[in-house]
Amino acid sequence: MDEDPIISVRGLVTRFGKNTVHDGLDLDVRRGEIIGIVGGSGTGKSVLLQAVVGLLKPAEGQITVFGENVRDTTAEDYRRLRRRWGVMFQDGALFSSLDVQQNVEAPMREQLALSPETRAALAAIKVRMVGLPDDALQKMPSELSGGMRKRAGFARAIALDPEIVFLDEPTAGLDPIGAAAFDKLVAQLRSALGLTVFMVTHDLDSLHAICDRIAVLAEGRVLATGTMAEMQDVDHPWVQAYFKGPRARAALAQKETI
Amino acid sequence: MDMNTRVSHPVDKTTALQMKFADGVLVLQGDLLIGVVEDLIAQQGQAETIDLSGVTQLDTAGAWAVVTLERRMKAAGATPEITGATPLQSDLIETLRQNMPETEINAAHRISIADRLERVGRYAVTSFQKTIEIIGFLGRVVATIAGLSIRPNRIRWTAIVHHMQQVGLNAVPIVSLMAFLIGVVLAFQGAAQLRQFGAEVFVVDLIAISILRELGILLTAIIVAGRSGSAFTAAIGSMKMREEVDAMRTLGLDPVEVLVVPRVIALIIMLPVLGIIANFAGLIGGALMSWIELGVSPGVFQSRLVSNTGVEHLFVGLIKAPFFALIIAIVGCFEGLQVKGNAESLGHLTSTSVVLAIFLVIAADALFSIFFVVLGV
Repeated sequence: MDEDPIISVRGLVTRFGKNTVHDGLDLDVRRGEIIGIVGGSGTGKSVLLQAVVGLLKPAEGQITVFGENVRDTTAEDYRRLRRRWGVMFQDGALFSSLDVQQNVEAPMREQLALSPETRAALAAIKVRMVGLPDDALQKMPSELSGGMRKRAGFARAIALDPEIVFLDEPTAGLDPIGAAAFDKLVAQLRSALGLTVFMVTHDLDSLHAICDRIAVLAEGRVLATGTMAEMQDVDHPWVQAYFKGPRARAALAQKETI
Repeated sequence: MDMNTRVSHPVDKTTALQMKFADGVLVLQGDLLIGVVEDLIAQQGQAETIDLSGVTQLDTAGAWAVVTLERRMKAAGATPEITGATPLQSDLIETLRQNMPETEINAAHRISIADRLERVGRYAVTSFQKTIEIIGFLGRVVATIAGLSIRPNRIRWTAIVHHMQQVGLNAVPIVSLMAFLIGVVLAFQGAAQLRQFGAEVFVVDLIAISILRELGILLTAIIVAGRSGSAFTAAIGSMKMREEVDAMRTLGLDPVEVLVVPRVIALIIMLPVLGIIANFAGLIGGALMSWIELGVSPGVFQSRLVSNTGVEHLFVGLIKAPFFALIIAIVGCFEGLQVKGNAESLGHLTSTSVVLAIFLVIAADALFSIFFVVLGV
């Protein structure tokens, strides 16, 4: 684990107008880990994700992914980088005019010259791997439930076997059983595909169940990183309230009984 | 996790895949990744063993290709064995075996003639149903307006005035500019024809009658359909999408009363006003062009306009305005309420609303023309 981090953020500053979201944020993500990003509303968790995948230009700071600087890549380099990660947005962000199969095929269609049969077969496998039934392939996103849309979005994110997947609140809006199943799925695919998972989440159960490390965002920077157990000892009011509140105790107790 | 056993691929450093058959063994070496799987599944040979010991990197697509080959060989009666895979690679292959459908999935199926025929039938039936629904919706709106006339304190004046500003006042610049230019075009084209007969002065009658009777109000209605009809659909549609319309119902508010009636009333009031403005702008444009092109002075234009063009032309034009307004507002609001939960249906219905409203306005205009000819007006 002493190799170079797969994602490294140094001195990140992002601003929207006069509002500074990140003020000198540092974060390292190691290869093969599942890292959970937590923080109160408006602390810039999703903004951090957008900055790392290059959807948003930060005001200052350096972001390197796979050792390459995301900010000053050429269009060609960025294309190559982008092939190596997948992003799942909050509600799946499926293309509403395409059915699930076409959604999952979309990255293959754009990036590779594969025959339609191969694409269809690979899409069918990815859809099964995320636990959707076969008849979901022909459905339009509007016909799917929220949980199924998230799964389909995840299938699209892993369509090209990326090395990193970014998940934005993957379990938000799911019922506890669905959320637990999604957690299990992420953990399974992590070991099957050797993924590194960068996950923005509020779900204490997910943090307990699958995250190797947790990074807490507050006051414009990463306040603390560490395992769930280490979070208990961080001396900060927000962290204390978050990890020692009634919900956190319930999640912890549940884990101990398993 | 140990780096060397990573199954997924760093794209940067790849070694080309090599395949060779030897003594019933298919030996694969190099990177078995998504880019090369089609070469691999094109292999037709039979083998007892598939040797993966030389495979440096394997991704899902590669594992899929291996399992596809294995299945195909099994179907041909062989019992191939996969050897030499690292534990992680075997795990991935096992995951694939579990997740692969038994039969090969077909790509998109072709559309047959029967499908096309069925589509025509469905389209005809849905169009018919939609016609009935729109008429039903019109009835509901009229009934609601009638109900409001008994209890005028429930009329939403603020909303009506707001929409009057949106569809009326804010449309004045574009409508006047459009009508002005139409007047200019009519004068210019009319002059070119009439000059051949030395009948230049009749250009006044030409402009006056065509603008007052037909073009002023028809083109205004078309602009308003494109501008406000689409805005009605988009506004109501996005409220439908965000479940605001359902929220209204649970609060005991009638969406027709709150959303539709103010828009219909505002448009019925404002479209005649816009029509009058368009008539003025059109006549001014025509007079200006007649002056420049034919030397018909504004004074002559005015006196000829007053003496030769009966006032009935103005009324024939303006009487159509409230009907056009009703068509545009009803179609716009109706399509807005049809929006389902996705963004695509919003865009689709917005364009349907504009096309349908313009079509119905022109159809109604044709009916009015016949009607006035029969009446002899």
